[in-house]
Amino acid sequence: MAEASAISKLMRIPVGFATVLKTLLKKPVTVQYPDEQRPMSARFRGRHHLKRYENGLERCIGCALCAAACPADAIYVEASENTNEQRFSPGERYSKTYEINMLRCIFCGYCEDACPTNAIVLEPIEFPTGYTREGMIYTKQMLLEVPPTGTPATPQVTQPGTFDRPIIPFPAIDSSV
Amino acid sequence: MADLVNLTIDGKAVAVPKGTLIVDAAKTIQNDIPVFCYHPKLKPVGMCRMCLVEIGTPKMDPATRQVVKDDKGVVVIAWQPKLNTACTTPVSEGMAVRTQTTVVSDAREDVLEFLLTSHPLDCPICDKGGECPLQNLTLEHGPGNSRFEYENKQHNAKHVPLGDLIYLDRERCIQCSRCIRFQDDIADDHVLQFHERGRHMEIITLSEPGFDSYFSGNTSDICPVGALTTADFRFKARPWELGSSPSVCNHCAVGCNTTLNTRLDTKTGINEIKRVMPRQNEQVNEIWLCDKGRFVHHYTRAGDRLQKPLIRQNGQLVETTWERALDLVSSKLLGASSVAAVIGDRIANEDAHLLTKLVNSNAKGETRLSPALPASYADLARDYGVGVGFDMKQLGKGDVIVVVNGDVEEQAPVWFLRLRQAVVDRGAKLIVSNHRGTKLHRYAAHIARYEQGMAAQWAAQTDDAALSTEELTKARNVLFVFGDEKLDAVSARGLAQILVGKLVAAGQIGKPNSGLLPLYPHGNTQGVFDIVAGTRHSGNPGVLSVDVAWLVGVGDTSDAPKARFSVVSELFMTALASVADVVLPALSFAEREGTYTSGDRRVQRFYRALPAVGQAKPDWWAVQEVARRMGFVWNFASPAQIFTDLAANVSYYSGLGYEVLAKTESQWPPVGRDDLYYGGTGYENDGGIGVRYASNPSVISAPTLPKMITSMSDLKGPARKLYQTGELIKRSDVMQTHIE
Repeated sequence: MAEASAISKLMRIPVGFATVLKTLLKKPVTVQYPDEQRPMSARFRGRHHLKRYENGLERCIGCALCAAACPADAIYVEASENTNEQRFSPGERYSKTYEINMLRCIFCGYCEDACPTNAIVLEPIEFPTGYTREGMIYTKQMLLEVPPTGTPATPQVTQPGTFDRPIIPFPAIDSSV
Repeated sequence: MADLVNLTIDGKAVAVPKGTLIVDAAKTIQNDIPVFCYHPKLKPVGMCRMCLVEIGTPKMDPATRQVVKDDKGVVVIAWQPKLNTACTTPVSEGMAVRTQTTVVSDAREDVLEFLLTSHPLDCPICDKGGECPLQNLTLEHGPGNSRFEYENKQHNAKHVPLGDLIYLDRERCIQCSRCIRFQDDIADDHVLQFHERGRHMEIITLSEPGFDSYFSGNTSDICPVGALTTADFRFKARPWELGSSPSVCNHCAVGCNTTLNTRLDTKTGINEIKRVMPRQNEQVNEIWLCDKGRFVHHYTRAGDRLQKPLIRQNGQLVETTWERALDLVSSKLLGASSVAAVIGDRIANEDAHLLTKLVNSNAKGETRLSPALPASYADLARDYGVGVGFDMKQLGKGDVIVVVNGDVEEQAPVWFLRLRQAVVDRGAKLIVSNHRGTKLHRYAAHIARYEQGMAAQWAAQTDDAALSTEELTKARNVLFVFGDEKLDAVSARGLAQILVGKLVAAGQIGKPNSGLLPLYPHGNTQGVFDIVAGTRHSGNPGVLSVDVAWLVGVGDTSDAPKARFSVVSELFMTALASVADVVLPALSFAEREGTYTSGDRRVQRFYRALPAVGQAKPDWWAVQEVARRMGFVWNFASPAQIFTDLAANVSYYSGLGYEVLAKTESQWPPVGRDDLYYGGTGYENDGGIGVRYASNPSVISAPTLPKMITSMSDLKGPARKLYQTGELIKRSDVMQTHIE
């Protein structure tokens, strides 16, 4: 390649100044987070939430399939057994401990895919922030939604035979298609 | 093998012994025919229909009774018009089997679709999920869809306690009857049964209290679905989350191989044992485990484990540092004129060896076994014990098994299962002699009785024809199983001597399957005895009077010598620890590695599964630190090095080492591999099957009683029950109602 002439080299200076002047007049793109927030896609995968059913029971049944699917090994689940006197979720099993290490999480959403009850959902609200490593381990209490208005928190007292099974059936698959 | 039968499976030639079932024959050439109800340890029933295959035999000409051949000279196969079960059909010469045809795969798909009609498919919350034969086989052979409506599924009770250890989920049950057949055919506790018929068929327990068996946990392992779960492991963890370490059970003389499944517990912040699973060792426990071995593990993480060394100051035990405690112990040992070590029979060989070595450096050092009574006959049990090639599986027709003064089911439960099979399934002759009834009495060809405590006198005077020298000489092998219940030291040794005399007179010495088999109280009685024997060792430690006594894992207060200064290495603040001058926190078997020697002299390795509790250290470490302070130049970095030293010093163990003990060999039936449906969820042996050291029958024991026996005259063997109360079992919540 031929050497650039001296004139073209000199011309670079006003071009550079012009860029600066143009940008000075523009509105800056910087957002004063967290006072200001950019609009998010409705399907953005932010922090995890543990959902509840309409009656306030937890959807999470402590199956730990999210932990098994997690490529970052960020989720830790310990399960325990429901009774009718102390019912956290439908069926026999509930999560006694549910922890997500937000520092390890890569927000891939595999946990959502793995969940058989749609209990864990990554939602575009509340970004995980914190000052300590310990504070970045989100416990079940931090992840769990508040119960819908008018329903009691868990554990609930339920009638025998009403919530025996953990999985609400999916609609029948039409195999003819 | 003489009687080999040739057949072809999917065109592949295979030769197997006569009587082999097609499903097993296919297994030998890695052709996995799926099964649910069939289990290689149980008799086939053909209930689940999963193993349907096409079977053909050579076509015979009805007129000439000759095999028909086609133009090319190939044998024509007459295919059976319908599919047949591979698990109930024995192989025959020239048989042809097809397992990969469309007809077969359609049948498998249909069987699975039927099995799943009312299966709840709650795999996410099922404890078997992840190691479930039904799950695996559905993925491999099943239909992707069901033509049955979810709403039409039959709903049954999901939380049925069969006993307080085993829960039944009736929805998940596929009625394969493996649990019922295990209880009937192997454990011989007929406590489970089918109730009702057709769609209403369900498993019920017939006993009161429910599922009253020492072997109930095994049904959960061989259940091909998640219908049977243990109260202990229910919802504790998913199988894929568990760490696994090979280990050895130390509760009785059998030395069952186990796998400890561990996981972090957020409540305590450290790993704990979630469940104990059998590890296959066809020489020792096959794939079984008794409920004590399975459920009495909670003591390893009991809240009252000793975490720091304690020393006595102003009459009180106060916490201190290891430095100060070790300094104190070593200074006391240096100044002591007489020293005694008492070593409990659950202590690993390495710890026993190092402590013995240290104590014997003192001119008046004595080392003793606790409980002391087995020391009166353990040398005979070793020298005239079963041969190196001993295998209970080979006992059968023509063999004589004599059980004297022992309750095998209570004292060595898995030996009970294996002896029972030798008698009931393979035709060995069983002679039972006891002062009370035991479960083995059911199978005895001959029963003898005597007054309590008179076993030796009975054995000396008996004129039973079944035990005559002629009868015993005629036998292919003679196995004497004996215990020390209600015997004093003189009688216990006397009994062993008389049994040895009978073996010698019958010319049964030197055969691999003949000899003595002692029912020791715990898992390492023989090992600790082997180490302390030959030193100034024997007799009752309770009658000793010494300057310093060091007690390691001693449970019985009467085994404590009178000592001016006593050191106790323990897991818990036991009665002996609370009166000691120094208490050193020890590690349980799960937190360290080492070796145990079982009652049939098999030396087996166990491995570390858990991190230590608090500042607790292995006993060998404490002994070595004390020895160093006393001027010894010991540099053992691990139990492996100590074992090398042990093998060099104790002649019986020469040639053994950690590498030899870690060797495994392929075992039949294969268990715990990808094909879980075949043998159950027990673990494959990856930690070593152990090595039995040779007995030494050339040593003819002295006709007079050894001097040590006189100091044991006040001892009497207790009647041991499997669930008798103790420091370990009382810390298991699930066992509470069973403790006697």
